[in-house]
Amino acid sequence: MQIAKVIGTVVSTQKHRKFEGAKLLLVQPLSVDDTPRGTAFLAIDGVGAGVNEKVLVVLEGRAAGEALGRKAAPVDAAIVGIIDSIEVATERGGG
Amino acid sequence: MQIARVIGDVVATRKDEQLNGIKLLLVQPLTPAREPAGRPLVAVDAVGAGVGEEVFFVRGKEASFPFYPDAEPPVDAGIVGIIDHWDLG
Repeated sequence: MQIAKVIGTVVSTQKHRKFEGAKLLLVQPLSVDDTPRGTAFLAIDGVGAGVNEKVLVVLEGRAAGEALGRKAAPVDAAIVGIIDSIEVATERGGG
Repeated sequence: MQIARVIGDVVATRKDEQLNGIKLLLVQPLTPAREPAGRPLVAVDAVGAGVGEEVFFVRGKEASFPFYPDAEPPVDAGIVGIIDHWDLG
């Protein structure tokens, strides 16, 4: 999974029927130090995330379809969690 | 999924028969600021998109799902929505 920040919402009237009722959010992938990494993309929201929240994103079709609750949906990314905090362990032993 | 602009049509007469009747479009991936993001690629169209429109496309075998069960085209990118607009928070 990837860490990302929700940066926007997308409106699409004409879309594949498996997207009916689904919320589409623009997400910007982040490094562990919160710097943006790569290009923002669209993910299905499976957990009720909102703009500015830090989220957990799956980048895989079957998993994204599960998050949407629809089989054989043409999706490749979904938000599956809202991140409360991330603790990065400091390196031990010096070196 | 990625946002992109449709920048062209692709015509291929001789092709995998599973691709018959499926529209091929050239898309340029975009950043949310509408700057080009990487190189253009060819995507199949599942929603009736046209040149100049902003769309979103799915990558991977999921791009073939809209054509099931009639066909199982060998594709790795497919347009699945036309974007009305997006808002940055």
